[in-house]
This record gives sequence, C-alpha cells and structure tokens, in this order.
Amino acid sequence: MTLSTSALGGLLQRHQNDPSRLVQILREVQDANGVISPRDVTELAQALGLPRARVEGVAGFYSFLSTVPRGQYRVLFSDNITDQLQGSHALRDSLCHAFEVHLDELSRDGLVSIGATSCTGLGDQGPALLVNGRAIGRLDPGRIGVIAALIRGRTPLDRWPKELFAVTDTIHRADLLLASRLEPGEAIDAAIVRGAQGTIEEVKQSRLRGRGGAGFSTATKWEACRVTPGPERFVVCNADEGEPGTFKDRVLLRQFADLVVEGMTVCAWAVGAQKGFIYLRGEYLFLLDHLEAVLQRRREAGLLGHHLRDQETFDFDVEVHLGAGAYVCGEESALIESLEGKRGIPRNRPPYPVTHGYKQKPTVVNNVETLAAAALIARHGAAWFTAKGTATSAGTKIHSVSGDVARPGLYELPWGTTIAELLELAGAKNTQAVQVGGPSGVCLASDGFKRRFGFEDVPTAGAFMVFDSSRAMVEVAENFARFFAHESCGFCTPCRVGTTLMHRALQRIVAGHGTKRDLKELKYVAQLLKVASHCGLGTTAGNPVLDTLERFRPSYQRRIRSFDVLPSFDLDQALAPAREITGRDDPEAHFEEDAP
Amino acid sequence: MTHGTFELDGREVPFSPGQTILQAALAASVYIPHLCYHPEFKPHGSCKVCTVKVNGRPMSSCTTPAQEGQQVESNTPEINEARRTLVQFLFVEGNHFCPSCEQSGRCTLQATGYALGMTNPQFNPLFPNRPVDASHPDILLDFNRCILCELCVRASGEVDGKSVFALSGRGITKHLIVNAESGKLGDTELSVGDKAVEVCPVGVILRKRKGFDEPIGRRRYDIAAIDEFAAAAPKGGTP
Ligand SMILES: Cc1cc2nc3c(=O)[nH]c(=O)nc-3n(C[C@H](O)[C@H](O)[C@H](O)COP(=O)(O)O)c2cc1C
Ligand code: SF4
Ligand code: SF4
Ligand code: FES
Repeated sequence: MTLSTSALGGLLQRHQNDPSRLVQILREVQDANGVISPRDVTELAQALGLPRARVEGVAGFYSFLSTVPRGQYRVLFSDNITDQLQGSHALRDSLCHAFEVHLDELSRDGLVSIGATSCTGLGDQGPALLVNGRAIGRLDPGRIGVIAALIRGRTPLDRWPKELFAVTDTIHRADLLLASRLEPGEAIDAAIVRGAQGTIEEVKQSRLRGRGGAGFSTATKWEACRVTPGPERFVVCNADEGEPGTFKDRVLLRQFADLVVEGMTVCAWAVGAQKGFIYLRGEYLFLLDHLEAVLQRRREAGLLGHHLRDQETFDFDVEVHLGAGAYVCGEESALIESLEGKRGIPRNRPPYPVTHGYKQKPTVVNNVETLAAAALIARHGAAWFTAKGTATSAGTKIHSVSGDVARPGLYELPWGTTIAELLELAGAKNTQAVQVGGPSGVCLASDGFKRRFGFEDVPTAGAFMVFDSSRAMVEVAENFARFFAHESCGFCTPCRVGTTLMHRALQRIVAGHGTKRDLKELKYVAQLLKVASHCGLGTTAGNPVLDTLERFRPSYQRRIRSFDVLPSFDLDQALAPAREITGRDDPEAHFEEDAP
Repeated sequence: MTHGTFELDGREVPFSPGQTILQAALAASVYIPHLCYHPEFKPHGSCKVCTVKVNGRPMSSCTTPAQEGQQVESNTPEINEARRTLVQFLFVEGNHFCPSCEQSGRCTLQATGYALGMTNPQFNPLFPNRPVDASHPDILLDFNRCILCELCVRASGEVDGKSVFALSGRGITKHLIVNAESGKLGDTELSVGDKAVEVCPVGVILRKRKGFDEPIGRRRYDIAAIDEFAAAAPKGGTP
C-alpha cells in the first residue's frame, strides 16, 4: 500500500522536488496508489525538505486525498440538491446495498468505498458521481447496475465503456461569448497594437466586472497589478467552479479553451506577467488532456512561450494545476495557497493578491468567463461589449440552468434580463423558487421573478437552480447547509462551528424533530456567520437559511414541533445500532412514537 | 513613537506604525477579548473573539491595521454577545469539563468566558472523539480542549525550530497533529522547555507530574478577571 521508493523518486523528479507543487505531487501519489500512506508522507516530507506534519496536514485538507485506504474503486456521489432531487440518494443506497457496505466504509475485501462529494459540475446531466476521480453523469438504476458489474469484475477504469464517461455540453442561448469565433492570436495582436496601457484602458471602457462572484472591476484589478513594482507577475485563471449548480466554466474550457487562454495572454501583456496558471477543479480531470493539448498547440503556434508575436519583452506560458476537492480553493487567496502547495486557507487581507499573490508577487486572479470576455473586448473593442447589458452591468452573463426545467444547460443573456424570462426560456413550470448564484447567492420566490440579473439587482456568478412547487424548501436548505459544513476550511471559529450547528439543526427539522428553538438558533447563527467570518464562504453560508426562513417559512413550520425545547433526540434512530447487531428490522425493533 | 490616534468606545487610543487595533488597545491598557492573538507572534485572525466594528464594519481587531481617525466600537452589548457565542462555539466543539482540568483558573478560554458573562454552553455539544496522547515521557496532550488557535504550531515552528505541531483535516474535523509517522508525541522532538509547551492557552499541552501545584481557587484568573489583567499590565505593545 506504499509507493515504492523508486516510483516516488520518479514522481518527485518530474516535479523538480519543488515543495510548492505538493498538492500536485500528493494527487499523483493518490492516483497511483489509491492512498497516501504514512510512509509516503514521511518520504515526501524528507525529499521536499518539509516538516512531516505539514505534508500530512495538506493531505488531510483535500477531499480527494486520503491517508487511510479507500476502496480500489472509490465512488463519490455528487451531493448537490439537483442530484438529490433526481434521486441520487436512492441510487447511492442501491450501490451500497449491492456491495453490502455502509456509506464511507471500506468493503471487507477492500474493493469499494462509497461516499458523497460536493457538486461535481454536471448539474445539466445529473445525477452524477466520480469513480476514482472520473466523472459519470446521467445516473439511473440501469447505469448503476452497469457500474456495479464493472467494479465486481474488477475491470480497470480505462476499459470501462467510453460512453459512461461522456459529458455533453448543451448551449441553448449563445451571445457575445458563446457565439464568438476568434482566430487564435487575434486578440493578442489587437492588444499589442493598443499597447499594455491602452489595453487596460479598453477593458476599463468596457466596464467589464468579474464573473466569479464579487463583480470587481477587471481593469482596476489589472491596473493595480501592473503598477505594483517587482520583477515577476502572475495571471491565474480561476477554474475552480465549485459553486454548486454552476457548470458554465466547464463548457467554456472545453468549447472555448483557446479564448480563455487568449484572455490570460492578453492580461499577461497588459500587466506584464510572465507566468500563468489555470487552477482546474479536480472534478474536471476529464478536461485536463484537452487543456494540455490546447496549450501545446498554442506553444507550437508561437502564442505561448518566448518573445510572443515578436515582442522582445513578451514571454508568457501557462501551466494547469489541479485542485483536489475543496470549494474554498475558489476563494482567490485560498487558491493561491493551494497553488503554493499548502492547505487552502484564505489569507488575511490586506494585502490583496494584486500586490502580494502567488509567492507574494503581484497576481491577477480572474474567473474563466471574465478572461474569455476580456479577450473578446481586446479584439472587438469596448463599444461592442457595452452595446449589451445595463449601465452598471455591461455585456452578457452565462447562466448554468438546472433543476426543475425542461431544458437544462447554458443560457447566455444580456445583463438586465429578468428571472421570469430565463425561467420561460428554460421551460420551467409551476416554479416555486430559484436559487440564483448557488447556495452562496440568493433564493427567490415568485414575487422576485420580475427582478433583473445585474450587479445592481440580482448579481450572480452563474448558477440558476429551479425548484417547482412539489419541492420542500427546507430540504433544499438542509442540503446547502451540509455543503457549507463539508466545505468550511475550519480556519475561523464562526464558520467552522457555526456551519455544523446550522446543519445539525436543519437535520433535526427535516427529520421532524426540530423545535421552535431550533428556528431561533438557526437564524441567530446564520446572522453571526455573516458578520464574524473570515472569508466569503462563512459570510454567505447563512444565506440559504435566512432566505428560506423568510420566504418559505411554512416549509419549516410543517415539520416543527410546537414545543420550545426538546426532543432533539431521535429514539428510533438511537435503536439503529441495536437493530444492526441483532439483524432485526421488524416493527417490534422500532420505537413507535405518539403523534405530536 | 506615536503615529496617530483612533477612537475606541469614545476613548482616544494612540498607535505606533505597524500596530493593529488590538495591539494598540492592549498597549493602552484597554482590554479587547482575544484568544488566538499572542504578543510574541504574528496576528493570526482565526478565533474572531477580538471582533470589533471599525467605522461600522465588523473586523478582527488583531489583524486590522490601526489608522488615524478610525471609529472603533468594542465593548457594546451586541459585540459582546457575538463574542460570547464564539466562546460557546469553542466550548461545544471540544470536550471541556473545567472542574477536572489542570488548567482551570489559568485557562484563557475559561477566563474569557467569564469576562463575557457566559453562564452556559447554549448549543448542543458536539462531543467529538479525541483520544489523549500520553506517549511522551514528560508531556501529556489532551486534545479534548484544543481550540485550534495554532499558537503551539507557530511557537514550535518559529521559536523552537522543530515544527512538532500542525493542523490536518478541515472544517469541524480540523485537528492538531504531531510531527511523527506514528502520530505519537513521544516520537517527536518536543521537550518540556519548548515555547510550544508554554504557549497553549488552554489545557491541551500539559506537563506530567506537575498536577495541581497551585490549588484551584488561588490561580491567576481566580484572583482577578482577565480584563483586569489587561488594565493593570499593558502588553502586546510591540507588533
Ligand atoms: C468560498 C468562495 C469560493 C469561490 N469560488 C470561486 C470559483 O469557483 N470561481 C471563481 O471564479 N471565483 C470564485 N470565488 C471568487 C474569487 O475569490 C475571486 O473573487 C474571483 O476569482 C475573481 O475573479 P473575477 O474578478 O474575474 O470574478 C470564490 C469566492 C469564495 C469566497
Ligand atoms: S469563513 Fe469558513 S471557509 Fe472562510 S476562513 Fe473561516 S472557516 Fe475557512
Ligand atoms: S494545543 Fe493549545 S496552543 Fe495548540 S492549537 Fe490547541 S489550544 Fe492552541
Ligand atoms: S484574537 Fe483576533 S481573531 Fe483571534
């Protein structure tokens, strides 16, 4: 169960024994061996000159790394609400049943372990799972049966039917970005003609704002990086796309990879950066080969490398780094920590990445979609971009639509479009609620459907999940609370403890054991997280609770006991271990409760 | 050298260049509750007990640079309630049975709870399973009381040069680990005289054979409340 010293040596050599590549190294050890053993940790630490405990701490941070043996086949079901509403829990239970294992438990023969993971970015083709890191969507009982047979036959993953791993990209509405046809190099050439300062000026005129959530002015960010003195600068493409319900970056990276890298190159020219990183979420492993191929093609075409476009001062190349299962690594400073081979803990700010980013050097971090837009702005000019959208929100926004709609997929719409219009386009019926921007965004009821997408009204990073009137919104809140509790990095007290307390309270309520006091506690904790947390994960983790409590209170009340305190204890559940041991499941082995 | 002043609960507080709000307040003998801050280490900003409002916005006072003319609110019922809740979070997250703890009376967590008027844990305890580590000849580790302030991590790395401690896991499963393949403290280089041993604010890193040298009831915080110490003896004046 330990990698041979020579295998480890080769792997380390490929990474030049560079401690800042620790996350990449650990990923490969995990991949090669299914586990990072205590011995591996010791040897890696020695080779990299790091304290052993540091290496162990990094391995312990990321969901896809494991220091204890998992199954030879490690199956992780995507646990977003859209998966859940499409029946993922029943599918998961049936697979557990097929191998007679409990969730998160290793089967006795070491063959399989089955667990859950946060949204895998296949909301348009769920329910989904990852097997040894490889994504499979469109699950149904038939496909689960196929998967079970392949595992039972110990078929190596590369001999599984290709069709299982097929990911399709559905674009229902294309506009500025998704309908673009840019020849590689066109935007770079236009930027060179304008000059670095002129390029930033053009981006400024376009009023482009970040598509990753915060909506910060892209030109301001680039300018701040450009004017910070120092010999080295970096451009990072944030392809972590961890927000549940979002999958537009996945499509951009597959269909428009050249455009995205072109945007990074334009940014590098404008700010004077020599090196770029694409921080690709581990769930999108299936995009890695494609991205590497695009980068290689661009190197061969002289669009990456030395003296780009014959400019003596223009050297730029891009490297892909894979994440390893941590939503918080989408937060830009946590992302940089992860790029440096550390635990993904958000930094104290100030200073900001534009002045003290990767290796404390000036660094621009931009979302995939922002960079794609920037490339097109460099090519077509600001006016082309501002012709769409509103005064505060120029251009278009790509929405990833999933949930209770007839036509899930991507919709690129000008900012200023109403929510009702998107619901109509996607074929939503009897819509009760929409979650805009993912769990960290906002949950709206029908009285909010007249509102418009835009930084001035309903901002969004791109997730759009629809719930029809058959759905219990308290279950949606419980799913999101589970997500935040699972993804909290644990650095600060309010988020580390508060997300778990919120989740436990919601679990009690969903199970019918909640009290009025739980409602009060939920609201109080959610508000505390907003004011006291260290980063955006914690400050937004209470949003789904506060929104659903405000707009869908009856959904909670239907399950609440009238008492103020107790009975938070589920007597029937407490008997479960006894049932397990005695192998009984008859009515006598259950605790029958009086109706409340 | 004074650089300027800011206003803290209506009182002018001077600060020198590079000081954070908490550092300047402590230097001026004004107590702002805090747990993960220690004057000998770079501010960490994780416990959030030092939260204040700066010009109306909640900020960690230990990491926020002091600036001329800032309006800082600290000792208000609203802020103290939030701090009390955070201390309660730390209590329910671990297993704290103060009467049987060797650190009782000198524990910063306990003293801060008292100072904030905490009378009960408020939330359902999480009762984590955290076995103790008695493998070291001179030192006992009782993880049940760890508040994850990382002071031992910082002390062992920066002062002792041993990196005996680190954190692993994440979220609510985040936990302290030691620098040994066996996972046991006895296999690390930790020794009794290390800064890391001295710096733990609660009862995790304990010296063996030294139990109850001073009777409970006569200890540091039994005699005076933690805020009175701050008022009497300025500390943390240097960043
Ligand atoms: C918890 C958390 C997760 C985030 N995840 C992402 C992400 O997956 N992708 C992204 O582009 N931005 C994400 N962000 C926002 C980034 O911190 C950052 O603002 C963004 O990458 C900047 O790029 P932009 O200006 O182009 O939007 C996240 C922020 C937080 C607080
Ligand atoms: S808010 Fe949550 S994710 Fe952010 S630093 Fe604190 S614990 Fe980590
Ligand atoms: S052992 Fe003590 S010093 Fe170390 S993190 Fe825990 S509480 Fe802090
Ligand atoms: S003392 Fe400031 S966050 Fe802990």
